[in-house]
This record gives sequence, C-alpha cells and structure tokens, in this order.
Amino acid sequence: MTAETAPETADLPEGLADIVNDFADTETDDRLQLLLEFATDLPELPAQYTDHPELLEPVPECQSPIFLVTEVESPEAGDEAVVRLHFSAPPESPTTRGFAGILHDGLDGATAGTILSVPSDLPLRLSLSAIVSPLRLRGMSGMLSRIQRQVSERIGKITAG
Amino acid sequence: MSTSIPVDGTPKFAEYADGTRLVSTEWVAEHAGDPGLVIVESDEDVLLYETGHIPGAVKVDWHTELNDTVTRDYVDGEGFAALMSAKGISRDDTIVVYGDKSNWWAAYALWVFTLFGHEDVRLMDGGRAKWQAEGREMTTEKPKPAPTDYPVVERDDSAIRAFLPEVRDSLGALPLIDVRSPEEYSGERTHMPAYPEEGALRGGHIPGAKSMPWGKAANEDGTFKSAAELKELYTEQAGLGRSDEVIAYCRIGERSSHTWFVLKHLLGYENVRNYDGSWTEWGNVVGVPIATGSEPGEVRGA
Repeated sequence: MTAETAPETADLPEGLADIVNDFADTETDDRLQLLLEFATDLPELPAQYTDHPELLEPVPECQSPIFLVTEVESPEAGDEAVVRLHFSAPPESPTTRGFAGILHDGLDGATAGTILSVPSDLPLRLSLSAIVSPLRLRGMSGMLSRIQRQVSERIGKITAG
Repeated sequence: MSTSIPVDGTPKFAEYADGTRLVSTEWVAEHAGDPGLVIVESDEDVLLYETGHIPGAVKVDWHTELNDTVTRDYVDGEGFAALMSAKGISRDDTIVVYGDKSNWWAAYALWVFTLFGHEDVRLMDGGRAKWQAEGREMTTEKPKPAPTDYPVVERDDSAIRAFLPEVRDSLGALPLIDVRSPEEYSGERTHMPAYPEEGALRGGHIPGAKSMPWGKAANEDGTFKSAAELKELYTEQAGLGRSDEVIAYCRIGERSSHTWFVLKHLLGYENVRNYDGSWTEWGNVVGVPIATGSEPGEVRGA
C-alpha cells in the first residue's frame, strides 16, 4: 500500500526529489495523468541510435519492449562526467514510457556521481505502488540499475563483462 | 442473451459454438452509446486507456480493480458490486470488453465478470489494436457514469474456476492445457521470453498437461481464428477430442482466460475451468509433482 506519509527525498538528486514530491502532492486519482505526461514528454531517440538499434540495451525486467543507452562525453572526469540518457519505448507501452520519462527528466545531464547515488528503491517512492502495482514498478528498477551499471562501466569503475 | 442489445450477425461468428459472445469493431462503432450497452477497456498496460480509448468506454484494470488487495484472490461480491456501480454498469447491461495484446486481458476481465454471473459479456474481436488500425475514433475524454444499483452477488468459483487440490486430484484423469510459451512449458524459463523471470522456484509444467500456447488462437491482427482452425488446434492437436471437461492454466490465469474463452464459447466445450493459481502457485508448492521438457510427461501412480 502507498504510505500516506511524505516520501523520503533527502538522499535524492534535486530533479528526482522534485518529481517524487510532485507525485506525493498529486491527488491519487490524478497520478496516472501525471505519469502520462512523463510518457508524452519522453524525447524521441536521436537519429544516430534509431539507425543503430544494436547500440541500445534491452530492459527485460519491463513487461514492454524498452531499450536504453547512456552517453558519457568525458569519462576521464569520473564522478564529475556528464551523462546523457536516451530511451526507446513504443507508444503502446505508456507506463514504461512514463517510467523512462521520469528517469530522463530527473537524470539526463546529471553527473555520473549523481546517477550512481540514486537509491534503488526510487520507484517505490513515487506514490504509485497502489495504482500501478509493484509488479509493474519493478520494470523501472530494472531501467535504473542498467543505467547505473552502464555509467559505472563508462567511467571505468567496473569492467564491462 | 437477456438484453435488448442485438447480436452481431457477422458470418464468421455464426460458425462458433456461441458466436453471440463476439462483436466486431464495425458493430461497436455502430452501437456504442446504445442504452444498456457498456464498453469496457482492459489492458495489460495500466496507462494505455489514458492515452486514448473508444468514446464512452470505461476502464477496468485487472491488477488494481479485479484483484483483492490483500488476499491472492478476486474481489468479493461487495467489491464487485461497488466496482460495477462505479463503472455505471447495471446487472442486466450488455458488456463488451476489448483490450491490448489480442484481448488477452479483456478475456481475463470477461472471465472474472463470469465468476459473478454477469450474463451478457462479449469481446470485441481484434481488440484495441484492430480498432486503432482501422483508424476509428479514439478520445482521451473519460466518461463520468452515474452510479448504478448493482446487486451484491457472491462469486461462484465452482463452475469455471479450478483450485490446486482439484487439479492435483485429477492428474491423469482430466485433460489439462498449458497455454504458456514453449520455453515456460519445458522449464527453461518461468515467464514468457522477453518478460522478467518471475515468481516460481521450479520451471516446467503440470505432469500430463498438453502444450498449446494461447496466442495460437489469434490471427496476426488479434482477431480469433476461424472455428475450423480452432478445432484443428484444440480438438485435434491438443487432443481434447470430445472431452466434456478440461482445465487450462498459465502463469497467473490471464493467458488461460483467453483459452478458456476459446474452449467455452467458441468451441463449445461444456465444462471448462481456468486454474488461475497456475504456475506461480504450482511451481512453488511443496511436494507437488512437475514435469520438464517438451513432452507432457508421466503422471506417477496414474
């Protein structure tokens, strides 16, 4: 069940904290509408990836087909390197697009250190558990952990294997 | 059929055992808005209805509205009455359900409505994808139906629902159809390919169950295959023959609702039950036998 107490945001980057608070402050009945706005606002995949889908990583934890890729321009900057996020998910999968939209809105352009600091229980803080179901939220955890693993690899914290 | 809502006379439907359970997209376009008819959308994706739906259609979500929040079960009579009232559905209304993924979740909703004895529930052949592909009208405007006086009717689990002890006791005696993917049937995976692995400690199938993946009943465009094609699949290939009793199962009972609809209404098998506990129950229970590999396997002691 959704906790009606305010969700914890102290350990979240500012962008994500704002989103978590927005969901908590939205009436339960309107939260799906807010998720839909994130789905609608998810940017199109840049052309260099639509032509090369093999560069994208699938997220099998989601019930719908979604692919993502991270870009780090200056990996030598380590934790300070700026990360760009790109997602591809079909319009028939608006829930998955919504989760991707939240991550894009909250983390695109953030530093590697910021992205790696995001706690894994982020999806459970979005006040969506009751209306979206925990099973569906698991897909978002899959996206987050894959983003974090890719970023760690790109800045050389772990070796791709 | 109890209501004044006419049946769809599409010739393809007349070939089925009970073709009155299906309506076409054309029929829906013509009849949407008729008094006594409620259109219901039920999808896997909880947000799909919000992106646009058939004008006047209400949404029923399988996970958040048909399931009980604490017990692994469906809502009870009071819960169902409250849900129907909130959707503006009266007991004698005709309900037409449609949804994503070849009506997979729509069939699940129809099956749950049937547990409560709602008499006239039909599926829109081809579902949401066909309606969209035909360029028919969609809207994001949500209807605000007036609440109805839907009666509290106790759920009847005896006729179309099977529970684990019944399945266990009928091993080797009753035909069982496993409607999951071949990979789940063999035990290679515990969820469909490209879906998250989930919820079962053992992979495989119930001993003796025949494999007939649910999607085989649907054409590319999501419509049901013809009566002759379905007969070939189930009566012949799955070996049901003239059996008067059959149990279908999948992972949680959703895909097997689609097969239940095919067997019960389109092919006219008399006594068809859906074992909704399915593999997430059977694959986790201590001490029940399972079989692995692509063959049905032996039933011990049978």
